[in-house]
Amino acid sequence: MSDATRLSVFKTYKLYVGGKFPRSESGRVYEVTDSKGKWLANAPLSSRKDARDAVVAARKAFGGWSGATAYNRGQILYRVAEMLEGRREQYVREVADAEGLSKSKAAAQVDAAIDRWVWYAGWTDKIAQVVGGGNPVAGPYFNLSSPEPTGVVAVLAPQESSFLGLVSVLAPVIATGNTAIVVASEKSPLPALSLGEVLATSDLPGGVVNVLSGRTAEIATPLAAHQDVNAIDLAGADDVLAKELEIAAADNLKRVLRPQPVDYAVTPGIDRMTAFLETKTVWHPTGSLGASGSSY
Amino acid sequence: MPTNASAAAHALTDVAASDSTLRRFLHGLPGVDAVGLEGRAASLGTRSIKTTAKAYAIDLAISMVDLTTLEGADTPGKVRALGAKAVHPDPTDRTTPPTAAVCVYPDMVATAKEAVAGSTVKVASVATAFPAGRAPIAVKLADVREAVSAGADEIDMVIDRGAFLAGNYMKVYDEIVAVKEACGAARLKVIFETGELSTYDNIRRASWLGMLGGADFIKTSTGKVAVNATPANTLLMLEAVRDFRAQTGIQVGVKPAGGIRTTKDAVKFLVLVNETAGEDWLDNHWFRFGASSLLNDLLMQRQKLATGRYSGPDYVTVD
Repeated sequence: MSDATRLSVFKTYKLYVGGKFPRSESGRVYEVTDSKGKWLANAPLSSRKDARDAVVAARKAFGGWSGATAYNRGQILYRVAEMLEGRREQYVREVADAEGLSKSKAAAQVDAAIDRWVWYAGWTDKIAQVVGGGNPVAGPYFNLSSPEPTGVVAVLAPQESSFLGLVSVLAPVIATGNTAIVVASEKSPLPALSLGEVLATSDLPGGVVNVLSGRTAEIATPLAAHQDVNAIDLAGADDVLAKELEIAAADNLKRVLRPQPVDYAVTPGIDRMTAFLETKTVWHPTGSLGASGSSY
Repeated sequence: MPTNASAAAHALTDVAASDSTLRRFLHGLPGVDAVGLEGRAASLGTRSIKTTAKAYAIDLAISMVDLTTLEGADTPGKVRALGAKAVHPDPTDRTTPPTAAVCVYPDMVATAKEAVAGSTVKVASVATAFPAGRAPIAVKLADVREAVSAGADEIDMVIDRGAFLAGNYMKVYDEIVAVKEACGAARLKVIFETGELSTYDNIRRASWLGMLGGADFIKTSTGKVAVNATPANTLLMLEAVRDFRAQTGIQVGVKPAGGIRTTKDAVKFLVLVNETAGEDWLDNHWFRFGASSLLNDLLMQRQKLATGRYSGPDYVTVD
């Protein structure tokens, strides 16, 4: 059979929730087009119930993921980068379609995204040294601060940078032990939905990352009001939506990261990691204060 | 009830006259169409219950919960906490109805009774060497008497599945009758452990056997085996209590137990009740859920309906 007669095999893009690939509970889909308006695929149009299910999955995964050693998390995130590398061609095509880039520019974006993932993989067991440590106190105590993950984080992925932007907001959240619900870019969700397929085959426990596609405002509203979500990153919200979500998020004192202009091409620093960390400080007696007068 | 119903009731008393009449009766019950039964249960599970109907269903389900703790590690403190939760399931919202009962082991009955004193919450106790039921009859009866004298309002007994599966129906029947007598004023729930009865035909036979023996409630399972309450086996038992009332005029309650964890599941069971046995059973005197984690999910859904926001496990008790 010649290539010309072969029927094309269309891909069904699905959500990634709790380590599985469900369709939207609502059964709805919407058309995703490339930058010129040509149809690419139908993506699931998630409802608030999909958001609720994703929160349940993320909460369930939190104990295991936050309890895993930092070293183990780093290994798993590095494995994700390895899997991304194997699918490089696919992401280049999806990013080129979504953002109207030339193949070489799209390739540069994908390479930068994979490198960013490796960069964050390296941070998992180093962040504690940077933002935690021993504090000198006036008394015979060890006083230790250690950064702890905040919990379940809702992440609104950037609307314009469909892959590099997505990785830049997602990787720092999970690197420190949080679990995430990602709302993909509304206009170009395909790279994010494909990322779910990579995460599913990277030893990342199901539920640590949950990917939803659809109307950002429709999914983000119940997430911002949800009592079991601990933090929200508003990177993908416009000013009006961000304000509404921040008000809803105040109800259970969620940590909120406001949208800010970001150049995703440059090395990001640790701000996105520390935004979703809490500091736990413990006091511990130093031990015998014997006749020798030594405190050790 | 009309006279022919009491005549039928009289006919049913003769059923247990001897081992052979009992066997003839139970084996004469119509066979169960397994595919039809499961299909019917599944189709009733697709009903959409929303808004005010959902609010009604949630409150009704909360009022039907037998809040249960049956662990070897139960402490008096845990039982007291459970009792407090049964009386006020959601302390932040006093319009939440109390649960029907707390269900504990016999040695915890006195503690539980104290914890729910002054409320409508009943104390149920499992007895008769729960969950296996593998003990001499004298021990089982002593177990029941102890629980009743400690103040239990309801007794959950297990049938002797070994005797039932061996076809020794009379032994099972006699045990139920003896336990019923030992209960005195306490209501008797008879647990069949449907997961161990293998077939739907057996579940139907066990249901009738339990009701003939004088059960006030028939209950699916102990919650200690792999397969517990399912929509299909509960539907089958609901049909049995409906038919039993039609024949004898005696109403018997149903209690599915184990494996019901979400509000959605609970509402499906309520639909089964309404469509099979009828509205008369939509009351915690006649229908119960044996559950522990279900209550938290019901409370979270209730909060969601009240506030419009999804709630989370941080806002209900850890039990």
